Amino acid sequence: MTRGNHYDSIVRLHGHLIDSLTLAKVFDEILDRGGDYESEEISIGRTKKDLSIAKIRVTAPDPEILSSILKRLHQLGASVEHEEEIVLEKAKMDGVFPDGFYATTNLPTEVFYQSEWRAVENIGMDCGVEWDHERLKASSIKMNDVKKDHDYVVGIQGIRVQPQNEAIHSNKFRFMNSDVSTEKPKGIYIKQIAEQLRTIKNSDDEAIFVCGPAVVHTGARDYLCQLIEGGYVHRIFAGNALAVHDIEAALYGTSLGVSLAEGLNTSGGHRNHLYAINTIRSLGGIKKAVEQGILKNGIMYSCIKHDCSFLLAGSIRDDGPLPEVITDAVQAQSMMREKVKKAKLVVMLSTMLHSIAVGNLLPASVQTVCVDISPSTVTKLMDRGSHQAMGLVMDVEAFLHELCEYL
Amino acid sequence: MINILMCRPAYYAVQYKINPWMDTHIQPDASLAHQQWDNLLDQFKNNDVQVHLIDPQPELPDMVFTANAGLVFNNTFIVSRFRYPQRQKEADFFLNWFKERDYEIRHLPEQYYFEGEGDALFFKDTLIAGYRYRSDIHAHRFISEIIECEVLSVELTHPSFYHLDTCFCPLDQDSALYYPGAFDAYGVKVLESVIPNLMAVSDEDAHNFCCNAVVLGKKIILNQCSHSLKVMLEDMGFQITQLAFNEFIKAGGSSKCMTLFLENPRDSRH
Repeated sequence: MTRGNHYDSIVRLHGHLIDSLTLAKVFDEILDRGGDYESEEISIGRTKKDLSIAKIRVTAPDPEILSSILKRLHQLGASVEHEEEIVLEKAKMDGVFPDGFYATTNLPTEVFYQSEWRAVENIGMDCGVEWDHERLKASSIKMNDVKKDHDYVVGIQGIRVQPQNEAIHSNKFRFMNSDVSTEKPKGIYIKQIAEQLRTIKNSDDEAIFVCGPAVVHTGARDYLCQLIEGGYVHRIFAGNALAVHDIEAALYGTSLGVSLAEGLNTSGGHRNHLYAINTIRSLGGIKKAVEQGILKNGIMYSCIKHDCSFLLAGSIRDDGPLPEVITDAVQAQSMMREKVKKAKLVVMLSTMLHSIAVGNLLPASVQTVCVDISPSTVTKLMDRGSHQAMGLVMDVEAFLHELCEYL
Repeated sequence: MINILMCRPAYYAVQYKINPWMDTHIQPDASLAHQQWDNLLDQFKNNDVQVHLIDPQPELPDMVFTANAGLVFNNTFIVSRFRYPQRQKEADFFLNWFKERDYEIRHLPEQYYFEGEGDALFFKDTLIAGYRYRSDIHAHRFISEIIECEVLSVELTHPSFYHLDTCFCPLDQDSALYYPGAFDAYGVKVLESVIPNLMAVSDEDAHNFCCNAVVLGKKIILNQCSHSLKVMLEDMGFQITQLAFNEFIKAGGSSKCMTLFLENPRDSRH
């Protein structure tokens, strides 16, 4: 079975292990063959006649090494510990888990079924685990995707969750996975994020930016555009407002009527964002506005021109909304869940609503950076289970400006 | 009086190859084999040993090697589970022989092989048990629970010395012969830790099955051995009887393989 970056198995030895040097030999053999071990339990017989018992967790960097170690340990008297299998129960109706279903965390999780440990695919918090008999795979499923007569894990038997520290320690930002503080030296963190973006750009992984409208209000729009144009951003998750203000800025130079160049209210500016929405709606959408040369710059423009996909999820206070906005919250959540699968780094910029929504979908192994002028956004994110999130309490414009400097 | 179990070599032959000594093209000479076996029997009789016989069975040529039948401890008989199918049918015949004589019969779990006294020899109150080629170390725990003695498992590492009794021979309360080439460093350390006077035999003596010796108090019966080994043993007060067992070595056995002690622990034999 896998546990993060290694494979392991528990073996048990029973006999005169000490005087016959069997235990010493077992330990030596594990190390000699490239594995490692932890003694989970050793009970040494009190008299010569008493038998000793040892329970050892054997770990190896790959399954072949583990298998060769286990084969050898079997010759030396070790038995692979019997693992309990998961219990499956069929859903009685669509959208409802069986009673006592296993509720997931966002930590790497495995299930033991048909004599093998198998990783749960697409792990995210607050889901159930479905077993697919055809693919022989387990995956995390949210409640409204439950299908009648499909099999779901109930109880906690046969389930193993990688401890949080191990999951987070595989994270590049482990040095800053902690508190939210205005006192942190931010430059070094931002530099690290820049390096990570560079690495991701040259890999199959993805970097997702979750953005609130403050990105536009604070004048950070151009920096985000630079990142998109530089190929550092693979997806943007946002709401109607970010796109509206970005388009208002492109069409009128204002954000909610405030001139981005001068920082002053413009006469009649309060209508600008509605005019912007109206224009885009009349053209049939953001993409069409770009194609027709009406929308000529900004975040949305850069996304369309530089193959950065965006997903706009609607909310109850939206004006318009823009045609691309997905107003069905369940549908938006499902689509986001699909799109975070390749995410390696998620940068959340000044949005409590979308940050928490995306945080709920992410495995704990995804590096998550939350930038907000308000410490409570980061605190809330972590309180809701995204313990891997690292918080930077600062102005989003200053953050993006500095990030661009490093790239 | 010492009691042992033997089996006439009536059907003895090399019909298959389950150890490096066996070669089906090199068959033992039947009359010579009978003669060598009779010589051993005579030695036992001359030394006040009560020899019990089990009927040989056709198609079970290795039944002559009674040491592999199982392990006797007090009135308990732990019946062997032979690794190779060619020998597995022997078990029932041995089992019945002991059953008929009111021994308490103990079986080991089905999945674990164990070849009796061939792989388990007492040194005082400790059972030294070999594993890998014929017996599984997994069986040792169950044996230990049955006989309530410490069982020290030693791995055999040389395929020609596939049973413990081919490379290890307890002599008395302090001494034993062993062939270092048949054990790894852990095994040697274990033997050294329990046997004050552990004496290594040479490659040549080991290949002449000198460790496969029958020890009857101060008398040792074995195949031809080197002069130096003979002198060393005589200096310790042993009386050495060298007999030819070359017809049995063709199947990988010598005097000890053809002898199963019906009393253990070993103290009772001295």
